[in-house]
Amino acid sequence: MGETLISKSTLQKAVQSFGLPRLIIAGFLLSLFITAPFVGSNFFTQLSNTINRFGWNAVLVLAMVPMVHSGCGLNFGLPLGIISGLLGATLSIEMGFTGFASFVMAVVFCTPFALVLGLGYGWLLNKIKGGEMMIATYVGFSSVSFMCMMWLLLPYKSPTMIWGYAGKGLRTTISLEGFYSGVLSNFLAIRTPHMLIPTGAILFFALLAFGMWAFLHTKTGTAMTAVGSNATFARAAGINVDKIRILSVGMSTWLGAVGILVYQQGFGWMQLYMAPFNMALPAVSAILIGGATVNKASIINVVLGTFLFQGIVTMTPTVINNLMMVITGQGLDISEVIRVIASNGMILYALTRKSEVTR
Amino acid sequence: MKLLKNNSFNILTFFKDNSVPVMFVLICAVCIPVAGFPLQYLLSEIITRIGRNAFLILALLIPIMAGMGLNFGMTLGAMAGEIGLIFVCDWRIYGIPGIVLAMIISIPISVLLGWLCGTIMNMAKGREMITGYIMNYFINGIYQLIVLFCMGSIIPIKHSDILLPRGYGIRVTVDLINMRQSLDNLIAVRIGMIKIPVFTFILIALMCLFIVWFRKTKLGQDMRAVGQDMEVARATGITVERTRIISIIMSTVLAGFGMIIYLQNIGSLTTYTAHSQIGMFCIAALLVGGASVDKASIGNVFLGVILFHLMFIVAPNAGAAITGDSMIGEYFRVFVSYGVITVALAMYEAKKRRAKSLAGRKLAQAQKEEAK
Repeated sequence: MGETLISKSTLQKAVQSFGLPRLIIAGFLLSLFITAPFVGSNFFTQLSNTINRFGWNAVLVLAMVPMVHSGCGLNFGLPLGIISGLLGATLSIEMGFTGFASFVMAVVFCTPFALVLGLGYGWLLNKIKGGEMMIATYVGFSSVSFMCMMWLLLPYKSPTMIWGYAGKGLRTTISLEGFYSGVLSNFLAIRTPHMLIPTGAILFFALLAFGMWAFLHTKTGTAMTAVGSNATFARAAGINVDKIRILSVGMSTWLGAVGILVYQQGFGWMQLYMAPFNMALPAVSAILIGGATVNKASIINVVLGTFLFQGIVTMTPTVINNLMMVITGQGLDISEVIRVIASNGMILYALTRKSEVTR
Repeated sequence: MKLLKNNSFNILTFFKDNSVPVMFVLICAVCIPVAGFPLQYLLSEIITRIGRNAFLILALLIPIMAGMGLNFGMTLGAMAGEIGLIFVCDWRIYGIPGIVLAMIISIPISVLLGWLCGTIMNMAKGREMITGYIMNYFINGIYQLIVLFCMGSIIPIKHSDILLPRGYGIRVTVDLINMRQSLDNLIAVRIGMIKIPVFTFILIALMCLFIVWFRKTKLGQDMRAVGQDMEVARATGITVERTRIISIIMSTVLAGFGMIIYLQNIGSLTTYTAHSQIGMFCIAALLVGGASVDKASIGNVFLGVILFHLMFIVAPNAGAAITGDSMIGEYFRVFVSYGVITVALAMYEAKKRRAKSLAGRKLAQAQKEEAK
């Protein structure tokens, strides 16, 4: 029942400062939780699903925070970080690591890629201040389609990853069974008949989130916030604006890389080729639903937003479907459409808000 | 000034100014012999694709004139066009009358969507492109809601052959066999194997004439003024917001017509995916033709459509010949489409920033001199 309390306080907060779209979304989720038992879906199963998906996605949403703080806007270029994560993951498996070690090594291997790509990406974003979001989107797309060629051409050998009959080229989906599938989620997991709390994944997120929070309170972190809220003042105060921005982009990219690894360990599969393509938009809308704006985001926004967004993703298919069954007597899978409209409506709303600072 | 530069033809500046088209000419020059298609096939494909795509790409020109950048929201018009076609298909109106009716139906929907898009873009000035881009996804959700759930249940659809087996919602593919290439075949000239869809070309030519004429009208001039500088335009008494909305509405309506021309050539409508990539391909083609975010001409449209689609036709085969895997070529052309948009956007933003800082320096210099 603790979750309804959170939802209620969400609603109260929403009334005060969230603005209409967030209010609608939070209210919608609340009504879903209330309706769920009446239309025959188990409340605890729903809650457990939501929490699990929270564990998968929270780090990807956290990856938005540094760039928003330094005024680079929402990181539509998240696929670039995901690419680094995939490179780390494939290398780790290729080298023959298994179990928990494969996860650790994937994180280790993805780091240099994330830093180098993030550096380049940050350099590009410094050249084009003011147009970051559009270009970030296309940097993400280009890198994904470039890597599509690379996945076919790179000389991977591990039989678990390559196409069996061709003997080369990576598969589109790779099972992580025996590698790092569930290594975080199953760590200290709490199991009841209807619930499964992925303690490890949540702890891992908490660790990263705490690290982010602590970083934002260091001298460099404060400088980052200063750059984001007013670049001119920051420069006058002797902060190297461009350097701070590159740092923030690097952090975002690295978190994106780790985020996809956490996602994969929960999901149990690694998806290559075009899969990273549409992973930026859900993360972007999640943090916005949590109360962030184009140039302001906190850890609370990440937690709330991921919970609300994943709540809608997991709850709408079953609850709405069952509800339609009760009302019309036939199933009606309208949930995907509702999710598309709600999440993109949220991004549109955020884009039309006047940014507090004009650059 | 520009003429002078052209006279003292500087190779380096020429390449610098036209780097994207030059790069594409090189790509095509390498790929065409490798792919090994007969010339006749290439020519006929290119002519088909000009007829198919040019109108859609022309729809992008008007918002660029108004300084609103590449209209990623043109997909909205494409969806309106598709809704028109779905209705016409259901009412069993064939051939040219069907196409004309579909266009007429698309107009009010396009105007409404364009107005919405323009209004939202006015609320997000300086972020028009990303807003238009997200707008696609948003309206796509509403499109699905209407086409997948409301058509057949709330909106009457008479014939069940375009409905999903469950009784409501439009099928994933709607056959446009009765409209297939009816515009193209109205006046078609055949030269050997090559079919030239003269009537479609006439429509495209009329559209070009319209754009040339429109630039000279009061409204066209207003748009260019707004594109140059919104504040100055406002000071001269132009209603900036209204002008911007009109430019987006026009673009959306034209994109709707363009989509209908595109689909009549293809001959079938993939209801939920036909529009999803159209904006990206049109924008990439326009940029390949040498346009930039703030400047595009009719010449760019045609050069772009030829070069971009030439690359598109030959890339899979060339990729297969070079690497032994046809998927490489498929991915390569997708990569190039996205890459060219990325480069063009980055160049535009970098140029804008340079110009800004240059203006700032000049102002500082002038102030310093004044102080002396």
